[in-house]
Amino acid sequence: MLDKVIENQKIIKEACEKLGRQIKVMEVCGTHTVAIFRHGIRAILPQSFKMLTGPGCPVCVTDQGYIDTVLQLAENKDVLIATYGDMIRVPGKGGALETKTTNKNVRIVLSAQGALELAKENPQKQVVFIAVGFETTTPATAVVVKEAAEQNIRNFTIFSNHKLVVPAMRALLAGKNDKIDAFLCPGHVSAITGYGIFEQIVAGFNRPCVVAGFEPMQILEGLTIIAQQLAEGKPELKSVYKAVVTQQGNAIAQNLVKEYFQPADGYWRGLGSIPQSTLRLKDKYSKFDTMARFGIKQIPAEESNGCRCGEVLCGLIDPPVCQFFGKQCSPQRPIGPCMVSNEGACSAWYKYGDDRGGN
Amino acid sequence: MNSNKYDKILLAHGGGGQLSDWLIRKIILPKISDSQTELADSASLELDSNDICFTTDSYVVKPLFFNGGDIGKLAVCGTINDLAVSGAIPVALSLSFIIETGLELATFERILESIGKTARQCNVRIVTGDTKTVEQGSADGIFINTAGIGCKIPGINLGTGNIRPGDKIIINGTIGDHGMTIMSQRQEMKFQSQLSSDCAGLSDLTVELLKNVPSIRFMRDPTRGGLAATLNEVAMQTRLSITINEDAVPVAPKVRAAAEMLGFDVLTIANEGKVVIVVAPENAQRCLEICRKNSLGKEAAIIGQIEQAADIAVVEMNTKIGGRRIVSMPYGRELPRIC
Repeated sequence: MLDKVIENQKIIKEACEKLGRQIKVMEVCGTHTVAIFRHGIRAILPQSFKMLTGPGCPVCVTDQGYIDTVLQLAENKDVLIATYGDMIRVPGKGGALETKTTNKNVRIVLSAQGALELAKENPQKQVVFIAVGFETTTPATAVVVKEAAEQNIRNFTIFSNHKLVVPAMRALLAGKNDKIDAFLCPGHVSAITGYGIFEQIVAGFNRPCVVAGFEPMQILEGLTIIAQQLAEGKPELKSVYKAVVTQQGNAIAQNLVKEYFQPADGYWRGLGSIPQSTLRLKDKYSKFDTMARFGIKQIPAEESNGCRCGEVLCGLIDPPVCQFFGKQCSPQRPIGPCMVSNEGACSAWYKYGDDRGGN
Repeated sequence: MNSNKYDKILLAHGGGGQLSDWLIRKIILPKISDSQTELADSASLELDSNDICFTTDSYVVKPLFFNGGDIGKLAVCGTINDLAVSGAIPVALSLSFIIETGLELATFERILESIGKTARQCNVRIVTGDTKTVEQGSADGIFINTAGIGCKIPGINLGTGNIRPGDKIIINGTIGDHGMTIMSQRQEMKFQSQLSSDCAGLSDLTVELLKNVPSIRFMRDPTRGGLAATLNEVAMQTRLSITINEDAVPVAPKVRAAAEMLGFDVLTIANEGKVVIVVAPENAQRCLEICRKNSLGKEAAIIGQIEQAADIAVVEMNTKIGGRRIVSMPYGRELPRIC
């Protein structure tokens, strides 16, 4: 394997030299973020090849307004909150869900299915599933809504904040950070959507998009192709995750999502409101929609505590630039969601260190 | 009174009266003790040495039974291992139960059988104990506490203070097996898995090593927090850095796959039959050979070394792909109750 690594390193180095400037490549998938840090991939890239961690971690991109709304719901004694683990530690108004677990109305589930089971086991409670995640997790949420509808389960709703990755990439390039040279595109998302969805980034913004899986060699291969494309000035859409990802993706999963969800404008941490970026339940399934059931309107809330997660998510700063990083803010006592989530840029940077003296 | 009369543990079984007496004499003692021990308020022991190690630990694992072990085996092995890595030969254990009313008697008997079998295998006696029962909802099936006494092997003085730059780090086999087994068997994670816990008493291996390999500096069983926690403790206490090589760290492919699927760093996953050994470089090979000949160390490997710290002491890993990254102290937000 090391021979192949050296070969790829050489190609990347030559490409960087040919361009004569720093290359900025963004990954937009939390699993990629962790894999890149855990395998020490940054350490084998040249100084002029900079990796940016984008809005790819579901917990991180969830806006403060949503978090505060969930915290408010948790105050309701008739409600049982079912959530993925990381969400319980994100600080919001008056604390985090974690501190409310003492009320016994916040439960960690490992799947949407787990949330539905919870509803069946607790018929006297209104179970609210904190449905976050990208295209990868949305089909599983659709499945449980389908099941709840078929079984006429009346005490189960989902608070959907499912996100779409492409609108966020567009929003970055169109405004927040047009210095991004290319994207390493997420393998999991592409397995569902097909890698064809990234064509609009290549065509519309002239940026290389390469889909990769999560093995270190495959990530490196993806980055090498990006470097080559940039050096040659020929941005293209490529996939090196051929075993899993096709151009069209998983039609069954896509149809399920289409049946239950529709895209709507939605808030993102750091990126603000992005048109058609968030999935809401269709009106005909509104009885499973937490917002409809409880008459909630989601209000955007500014992150005003000095936390710079928003800038980190846009690739504008590296985590250590934030004045809180490693001081007031650590995985033990996180201030912002990028330090809370295992897949967050700050958490990965803190745990695995940056090879260039960043830690 | 005959045992068929009770198929579940009742509050009165821990009440100190007739039912308690029946439970102890008819159910507990026959399974954990080879002879009908005289019941006294405390055990009286005659030891070979007055240089003893003494330790205690509580066990609350869920589920009670898992591939490769159960709460009883864990309660015996865990305490034996704490003595073993301190350089002692385990001699005797105490055994205390806190049982939730309603626990099936058959379940309790299975646990007792496992405790008895494990103790006999590890050559330790269970010399005293206690049983309490609590109302339903006040415990989760059964909790066990064991305390253990061991005699120190003469001339052995293990500790992080002995560790020097250049020392080698050995582990006696694959990491993460216990933690991933428990996680895969917890109700909420119903993925198919043939993982098996490494739960084992280590004293047979540690005693053999300590008697045959000079200059073993330090040993530790990497339980909660896994290898990452143990190595970071060593680095913090010695103020020396550590480098390990990803290539060299043994991980069973199924454990690796399960950890990756769930997003865990296998270095942080708990073990219950592993020992990290720091040994002088000149004796590392001999230490490795003895490990590999012992059934507890067939897949042993030298995984790294101790180094002078450049600035602050850190644990780092050379990755398979030729990169390098920090191995940090796990935060400790593990999935609940793995031991």
